[in-house]
Amino acid sequence: MTTSTTDRVSPRVRGGARPPGGPTPVPSARRRRIRWQPAWLFMAPSLLILGVFVLYPILRTLYYSFFDWSVGAAVQPFVGFGNYIKLFQDPSFWNALGVTLEFTVVSVVLLIVLGLLTALALQSEGLASRITRSVFFFPTIVSLATIGLVWKFLLDPDIGLVGGVTKALGLAPVAWLQSAQLALPTLIFVSVWRSVGFAMILFVAALQGVPGERYEAGRLDGAGRFSLFWYITLPGIRPTMLFATMMLTIQSLQVFDLVYVMTGGGPLYRTDTLVNLIYRDGFVNFETGYAAAISWVLFALIMLISLLQLRIFRYNDVD
Amino acid sequence: MSTSATATRTSPGRPRAGRAGLRAGAALKWMYVGVGFVLALIPFIWMVSGSFRSEADLYQNPASLFPTSITLHGYIGVWQQLPFLRLLLNSFVFAGVTTALTVLFDSMCAYALARLRFVGRNVCFVLVIATLMVPFQVTLIPVFIQLFHLGWLNTYEGLIIPRATSAFGIFLFRQFFMSIPADLDEAARIDGAGHWRIYWRVIMPLAKPAIATVAILNFTNLWNDLLWPLVITSSNDMLTLPAGLTLFGGQHVTDHAVLLAGATISLVPIAIGFFFAQKYFIAGVATTGLK
Repeated sequence: MTTSTTDRVSPRVRGGARPPGGPTPVPSARRRRIRWQPAWLFMAPSLLILGVFVLYPILRTLYYSFFDWSVGAAVQPFVGFGNYIKLFQDPSFWNALGVTLEFTVVSVVLLIVLGLLTALALQSEGLASRITRSVFFFPTIVSLATIGLVWKFLLDPDIGLVGGVTKALGLAPVAWLQSAQLALPTLIFVSVWRSVGFAMILFVAALQGVPGERYEAGRLDGAGRFSLFWYITLPGIRPTMLFATMMLTIQSLQVFDLVYVMTGGGPLYRTDTLVNLIYRDGFVNFETGYAAAISWVLFALIMLISLLQLRIFRYNDVD
Repeated sequence: MSTSATATRTSPGRPRAGRAGLRAGAALKWMYVGVGFVLALIPFIWMVSGSFRSEADLYQNPASLFPTSITLHGYIGVWQQLPFLRLLLNSFVFAGVTTALTVLFDSMCAYALARLRFVGRNVCFVLVIATLMVPFQVTLIPVFIQLFHLGWLNTYEGLIIPRATSAFGIFLFRQFFMSIPADLDEAARIDGAGHWRIYWRVIMPLAKPAIATVAILNFTNLWNDLLWPLVITSSNDMLTLPAGLTLFGGQHVTDHAVLLAGATISLVPIAIGFFFAQKYFIAGVATTGLK
């Protein structure tokens, strides 16, 4: 590996001061150029892709949202804040916002609580614990499309196992996904069922990271089980709590696959989430400008909620 | 934090309580875990068993978890009613090529961010992390239009290239690279190795756990993705497995066993991967949560 053909000056540059009595220092302008050039070459593919397909499109979406834009139309009239005004007067937007928030709040709370409980139950490294953790985690890596399909069939009053068992118990089968009251809670259930293992894995890692000495000290002070949990475990896992809450919130606000596969937004738009609305307006009805405006509202919502959560957890830290 | 260091520690300090409380607590705990265990597994068992059941069997014995008689018509149906091989090929090309490119690009970018010093490094890192916060749906419409103008809709390029890097991967690689001692590249540099050689010969061989984690998480996400292929492809020839199953499930196929067979097949690669490489799946998730 002593060939120096591939490399011109750079080995010397970084360790410029290194070789005693080495070559004379390179002039600073040149040195700087040589220093950053390879870095940009290394980053070029990623930065190019992120720039072209993430950063630029965000601004582009903002731009579209000010036009009555639709793909392929001859004229794309500028409407200013028209789309946003339309949006705030549109009952289907408010409905989708409500559905999305309900879905998010309920599923995130359930996921945090159940995830933590499951992690507490399965935090040891015994074989039984580890196998059970794997089983709980498995649904997380299965596609939401598959999970949606399987649960849709499971809950089918005619052929599903759930309906079958209900009937076998002598009860009337329930049309879970066709009922305006039950459809959203059912989606929440499936979503929680899928992601509980994800939350659990996060919390197991966090619980194992809390130093054992703290518990020893707490016990010496005569702390009971619940005060140990309250004063040592909970503060110890706070960063993970924040991270899990944020990740799950962001994920839940963007829920689409489950809705698309299981209910299509129905019945009576009771499961019509924001992303489902964006998909329908943008890619089915081709009201691109309007869908872009909804996308920006979703973006703003996600930013706002993330910042809020950061604030809340920071604030608690000071206490 | 290195990726593998997360799951190894036992917890020495589990709170202890009185004997009776402990007993009741343990019983409650194992009941809870048992119910969860059953609840987690039954849908998958039912899915696989359902793929071998006839439509009549499903209607007559909905309360049964297992087939009364095994039939392969679901699998035959998948073969006949869906462009199945094509969907499978598309899924493999999409998830496989994209993952390979992502691992390469992300690790290169992370190498620069973790091991090189240059003007604008922090700005770049912040920019990369900022893209993590952007919901994918916000960029979907303009990306769709960009691909339309490029003529990339319904092509592999269109499916693959926009997804060929992930901020999450860059982040994970960067964390891992920072934990590799700097002396190693100093030594290589004194031996006359250039940046590319250091990256490829020194850093990457040491980064196998990070590579495995990024590759596995990416492959799984891409394999499972529904919205992206649904939007970028419209011809049946370019659909991936989840998108194809979903679209056909709504339109052409009314037989449950066929759809369950399709779902079972699409689950197989992920399930096999999980069986053999669980620790990378779990390490990937656990590491991200720690910091």
